[in-house]
Amino acid sequence: MEALFYVSAVVAVIATLRAVTGKNAVHALLYLVVSLLAAALVFYSLGAPFIAALEVIIYAGAIMVLFIFVVMMLNLGPGAERQEKSLLDPRAWAGPALLAFALVAELLYSFSGGGGTAEANAQYINPKAVALTLFGPYFIGVELASLLLLAGLVAAWHLGRREKEATHDSPG
Amino acid sequence: MTGVMVPLVTMIAILVSLTTMSAALIWMERRLLALWQDRYGPNRVGPFGLLQVVADMLKIFAKEDWVPPFSDKAVFVLAPAVVMTAALLAFAVVPFTPGVSIADLDIGILFFLAVSSLNIYGIVLAGWSSNSKYSLLGGVRGAAQMLSYEVFMGLSLMGVVMLAGSFNLRDIVEAQRGLWFFVPQLPGLVIFFIAGLAETHRIPFDLPEAENELVAGYHTEYSGMKFGMFFVGEYLGIVLISALITALFFGGWLGPFLPPAVWFVMKTLFFVMLFILLRAALPRPRFGQLMSFSWKLMLPLSLLNVLATGAILLARS
Repeated sequence: MEALFYVSAVVAVIATLRAVTGKNAVHALLYLVVSLLAAALVFYSLGAPFIAALEVIIYAGAIMVLFIFVVMMLNLGPGAERQEKSLLDPRAWAGPALLAFALVAELLYSFSGGGGTAEANAQYINPKAVALTLFGPYFIGVELASLLLLAGLVAAWHLGRREKEATHDSPG
Repeated sequence: MTGVMVPLVTMIAILVSLTTMSAALIWMERRLLALWQDRYGPNRVGPFGLLQVVADMLKIFAKEDWVPPFSDKAVFVLAPAVVMTAALLAFAVVPFTPGVSIADLDIGILFFLAVSSLNIYGIVLAGWSSNSKYSLLGGVRGAAQMLSYEVFMGLSLMGVVMLAGSFNLRDIVEAQRGLWFFVPQLPGLVIFFIAGLAETHRIPFDLPEAENELVAGYHTEYSGMKFGMFFVGEYLGIVLISALITALFFGGWLGPFLPPAVWFVMKTLFFVMLFILLRAALPRPRFGQLMSFSWKLMLPLSLLNVLATGAILLARS
């Protein structure tokens, strides 16, 4: 379905623009989430449902951590709260809701039999094909990425351990 | 035209029956809790107190739907809708019977995991937009808890995926013709059930709304039908997790003599009752205990389960 591709692409572009230009951090993050969901539907319409699902699980899920950081920082003191309140514009909220609604409508339409791939020559890519590509020709890339993640994990553990010694947190 | 009409009618039928069933579950939970705690529960309105739900619904619709002036209004209104939508959307991939399901997706399990990860947004946004300390604490707790438990929720299902060789829930049910997967995947089942409890934030994992310390957690400021949507959303979550346990580990609609739909509903209701029994039986842990339980015990266990299943499958092939 070409229309599916174009609508979600337009939604992605608009939502990303709003995420960049937004003044309120939480509002901007909500637009970022909508943008990622739109990108997932772009992948879906191009015949890669596996990547679409991963996009939602990993990217949209990881944005949650940013949300937590923002929430913790904005509620640090009354000054930050006042500043945030002055930015509050109720009309900004109709935007993400409307865009997300367009995505849901698309999803329902594709479920009700209208689905398919955006381009006639695009082939359907199943999870097995992704796995075979990752652990075949791109094996070295997977290994390098896992090395990088391991380095990040070790670094995070190191930072976390220092803090724990200083504060004497409860043993859980 | 029929090509569009049939799925549409199925969707509406499933939607209506799910919301009605979730509302009826409120009555069932109260009666069952009462039974296990040696009291009567609601038994005055209608036969066996069945109309209690109708009375409660009328009451909740008649209540003032108050939006606090200090809240971020549009997010405040959006949050309960996100909870309901995410819970209902996940049912799209649940195979109820061989003929009845909304979408036969090749990535069924991943779709469920993706949609359930969106469910957190409802809770965090509700907690944040309420602009109250209790709500915010509840929202932050909810986010931390659901993020942690989602990690091994996905991993616990990989054993089933490996055995069935597919992410498609219909194929997984069909693959259980010889042996239901709860036998070879018992650790997976236990881990998924615990993750499901945390995902629906039921006791013993209901710290986001712990009433003895946080009033009502993330939905403290909600009233009227907006609160009702959180409430029904929670029961939808219970039905969803029970239906998935049925489909993934207990053969879905498979079973002798009775029609497939009856088997599916019976198995699902059994797990719903297990959820309720746990609420009657278990206390609530501290939040630190909850988090370390997730990362230090459940995550390594689910990784071991994936490793062992993979090794056995490799050795057999």
